[in-house]
Amino acid sequence: MDVLVCIKRVPAPGGKVLLSADGTSIDTRHLGFTIGPHEECAVEEAVRIVAEHGGSTTVLTAGPPEADEQLRYALSMGADHGVLVETGTRELDPQATATALTEAIRLLESESKPFDLVLFGNETADAGHYQVGVRVSRALGLPIVGGIKGIEIGTGRVSLQRDVADGVEVYDAPLPAAAAVKEGLNLPRYPSIKGRLRAKKSPVRTIRPEPSPGGLRTVRLRRPPEKEHETVVLGYGAEAAGAVVDVLAEKGLV
Amino acid sequence: MLLVIVEEDAGGVSAASLEAVTCARHLAEGAGLDLHAAAFGAHGDLAAGLSKYGVSTLHLVTSESTREYSPELWGTALAELVEHTGATGVLAASTDRGTEILANAAASTEQPFASNCVAIEPGDPWTLTRQRGGGILLEDAELSGRVKLASLVAGSVEISEATATHEVDVLEFAPTPQATMPHSAIVDRTSRGSGVSLASARVVVSGGRGVGSAEGFAPLEELAELLGGAVGCSRVATNNGWRSHSDQVGLTGTKIGAELYIACGISGATQHWVGCMGAKTILAINTDPEAPLVARADYAVIGDVQEVLGAVLERLRARRAAA
Ligand SMILES: Cc1cc2nc3c(=O)[nH]c(=O)nc-3n(C[C@H](O)[C@H](O)[C@H](O)COP(=O)(O)OP(=O)(O)OC[C@H]3O[C@@H](n4cnc5c(N)ncnc54)[C@H](O)[C@@H]3O)c2cc1C
Repeated sequence: MDVLVCIKRVPAPGGKVLLSADGTSIDTRHLGFTIGPHEECAVEEAVRIVAEHGGSTTVLTAGPPEADEQLRYALSMGADHGVLVETGTRELDPQATATALTEAIRLLESESKPFDLVLFGNETADAGHYQVGVRVSRALGLPIVGGIKGIEIGTGRVSLQRDVADGVEVYDAPLPAAAAVKEGLNLPRYPSIKGRLRAKKSPVRTIRPEPSPGGLRTVRLRRPPEKEHETVVLGYGAEAAGAVVDVLAEKGLV
Repeated sequence: MLLVIVEEDAGGVSAASLEAVTCARHLAEGAGLDLHAAAFGAHGDLAAGLSKYGVSTLHLVTSESTREYSPELWGTALAELVEHTGATGVLAASTDRGTEILANAAASTEQPFASNCVAIEPGDPWTLTRQRGGGILLEDAELSGRVKLASLVAGSVEISEATATHEVDVLEFAPTPQATMPHSAIVDRTSRGSGVSLASARVVVSGGRGVGSAEGFAPLEELAELLGGAVGCSRVATNNGWRSHSDQVGLTGTKIGAELYIACGISGATQHWVGCMGAKTILAINTDPEAPLVARADYAVIGDVQEVLGAVLERLRARRAAA
């Protein structure tokens, strides 16, 4: 099984998000970056599948040169190859991202052989367009299901499971196939020291496609309006218990 | 013509779909266009439910290959319906399926798709506002294309009826069978048991790093039980293996809509906040009076989780015994 995972470098803000002066991006000067949680699970799943079925894991990201950091994190988790699709520091629209990824995957496949399974995060943690995985998969002629929290590899087929409002749905698809996965698929490992050392030394390949823009153009970002309010402090420590019970009683809960 | 995908709920059109219909009518009126609806595998009488909302035609997608849900086949069928009817815009509610079908149709037609919109205004391009990061930020954007596709977040538009009621023409649409296209198929569906679900629980008692351990959740479980609620947690609790991911509240977990959210030892990072901001009342228990969630909560207790919950449970038990 040769598995490809597409990941994105995303900022990890804390209690508040600051915006850049022109309002078109997040002010990331004081922020750390991470792989999106959905995609981290995708990397973990790929590494587990390859450990069980053999083959290799390739991790691909479209983004700025700094996304090398996230590729190396994935390598330290056990992925075999890292590919950076360098698309500059400005965020691309989802059609352009999909085109860049599709071109890169076609190039990789033309040099060796098609991937058996392609994994995406269900949506990126920052832009959250909910479509890049679908666009890439459809361009490559792969079946794809989203929201996946369970993957079982069969003979020439894959079984994919997802949660829905009132239960669980199971899908079957022929391989090669794609899936857009969600956090909860597994509990990703912390990279070992050996893994980190290996990742540091691994070569990362760079591809530079030039996709044309799609039809969604960001004008500006803003923080949603917050309702003005005062927090009522009920008290300190165990002494506040009476006031807490009063609130519960007021709400008819006790 | 604009097309709106409608989903069924209890034999009628779902509330989220009626929001999409209302928004689509606003766009259609603004551009002097007709408004059509489309439904997959519908069983109820959707036409009757749409007559008051300005929809002139309902397309029922009916074929053997689209009888059961398949994201690729439904998306391709929608793309074909769009070409067949000459629709210049397609809207749907941002449900799992609505989003997935639009993404597939957008991929098939190579047209742009704006997901999770909260407002869309007519014109060319459409000017819209969409949620990023589950609502951490709003994005004002322009959408231009031969066919524009957009999904609408539930609760962002007030459902309204059209000025006149119309009889809705119902047309059956049989998409071309896709014999060679590789696609997925749904093979099994299981319903959840009756227990309280996190997303719909009236009360959620949630814990984060400040709870300290898996065992530290025992008082949270007891309180949730007493209040008829569910237990939630932060991503730190999930990543530490204290709770299963199905309990996680937030951007990459579950969005809750509880009457009361009790956040114990949770700082209130933006990614957590977007999961609990839909709660009507928030009570934060935290040692740090400066924690972001304390600032955003309606009520706060400053103190140690175990100490505060221990005292609260003692009182509740005593109340029970006295009753
Ligand atoms: C892309 C992305 C997606 C994410 N998605 C999610 C998500 O879906 N859900 C989520 O929760 N997080 C998510 N996170 C993580 C998020 O950024 C925070 O790291 C996380 O929510 C913090 O969890 P916490 O509040 O439990 O821990 P901390 O931030 O460490 O806060 C612990 C709090 O407990 C208080 N405390 C400590 N000891 C005690 C005590 N004894 N009694 C009372 N209070 C105490 C502290 O004062 C502090 O406020 C995501 C992050 C990223 C980057």
